[in-house]
Amino acid sequence: MIELLSLSPPGWGGNLLRGLLHSLEIAFGAFGFGLLIGLGGACGKLYGGPVLRDLLAVYTTVVRAVPELVLILILYYVGTDLLNKASEAMGYGRVEISGVAAGIWVLGIVQGAYATEVLRGAIKAVPSGQMEAARAYGMPPFLMLRRVTIPAMMPFAIPGLANLWLIATKDTALLAVVGFNELTQETRQAASSTRAYFTFFLAAGALYLMVTLLSGSVFARIEAWARRGQPSLRKAAT
Amino acid sequence: MTALRAWLLPHRIVMIGLFAALVLWCAFALRWDWIPKYAPLALEGIWRTIWLLVVTTVLGFLLAIPLGLAQAVGPWYLATPARVFCTVIRGTPLLLQIWLLYYGLGSLFPQYPWIRESELWPYLRQAWPYAVLALTLSYAGYEGEVMRGAFASVARGQIEAAQAFGMPRFTMFRRIWLPQAIQTALPTLGGETVLQLKATPLVATIAIVEIYAVASRVRQDTFIVYEPLLLLAVVYLVIAGLLALGFRKLEARVPVKGH
Repeated sequence: MIELLSLSPPGWGGNLLRGLLHSLEIAFGAFGFGLLIGLGGACGKLYGGPVLRDLLAVYTTVVRAVPELVLILILYYVGTDLLNKASEAMGYGRVEISGVAAGIWVLGIVQGAYATEVLRGAIKAVPSGQMEAARAYGMPPFLMLRRVTIPAMMPFAIPGLANLWLIATKDTALLAVVGFNELTQETRQAASSTRAYFTFFLAAGALYLMVTLLSGSVFARIEAWARRGQPSLRKAAT
Repeated sequence: MTALRAWLLPHRIVMIGLFAALVLWCAFALRWDWIPKYAPLALEGIWRTIWLLVVTTVLGFLLAIPLGLAQAVGPWYLATPARVFCTVIRGTPLLLQIWLLYYGLGSLFPQYPWIRESELWPYLRQAWPYAVLALTLSYAGYEGEVMRGAFASVARGQIEAAQAFGMPRFTMFRRIWLPQAIQTALPTLGGETVLQLKATPLVATIAIVEIYAVASRVRQDTFIVYEPLLLLAVVYLVIAGLLALGFRKLEARVPVKGH
């Protein structure tokens, strides 16, 4: 059992770790892409015109009601089709899309819908006086976003974003269905070629669990950092 | 009346018109000639998706009650295993859990003759018991956490009042504690049930023919890429909408102060 998991070639441990690395890469990229979409979406939902607001409502509702697996397939085909059409129009011919890039694109759009809701709630929780003060000083919108809105909303957004990050790491497993070489897919290959299903699936589960627990403590630190300067609720209560 | 007026704003009328045009374009420009041939299979698939959803949420919720109770008020030897179970379920992907149960247990069971000779063996050779087990455990893991919070949030005075009336412990649980906990948890439960609906297509990977698997088969047979996927997304949207509507009705049954 230990030989099966060893890192050098007769064992499959190296493959599992490589899969984990791919999973983390995709999760990281998708989380970042989702955050960008979410920030834009939240600002659009709060400050945008009626048409933009309705379009964003459709986006978040549809993405949150349709299974990720179906969205992944649709976005994967739409993305590759669009990219090929664009490159053919520019005279380059068909392009190969790497699994990591496709995974980031697909999961990023899914994450963006959830991030929009998390960030919208967080921005709404910021006392409006802070933003009014910034506006009263004539701060341009982007500077206000960077200096006032984002730092002030961080403590409210971190718990939701931590959840989103965990969803991102677990959703990378879905890409196994489309055949990307991330952790779950590598595990299945290792398991089916050695017939040691239990060993490998348990090992992969332990790896995922490790990522979850580690991220939990990292996010607890980030939250403590984002809340610095705020009076602690626990101290105030006693 | 105001709800209707909200739909009749000028920009919304334009958007609804554009959307209708898009639907019409989809109906005429895309290929739908495969539908009559696959309709019976698709209906069966939808039925199987709903069956899986209902059975696993009900079983999972029944399992979540003791899990939540153990974590909220149980002694440490019950609380710790419950917490570990919830952490493990919530910390690993569902797809991995399904494959672990199906391939792992499925390859383990045939090694034991007494399992092979038992009456359960014909069922254990099929895929659906593993699918139901995996989805049930997953729902229980997430809901155990929700119910922990819900049990802990029931006001102390309510329980003390029941004790003061000399209510037996089980009656108190059934009449006072559980209903109020479920009431607080209902909005979250609604969201989690939609998540459970979105988790059902994963069992298609262990050869269960629900609606997602039907769409995959259509795509394999006919080489049509988008149309089955679009219809599939619409089916899930409709089921999710019905779920949301049902839970809103349930929530509205108990009036909330200030609304």
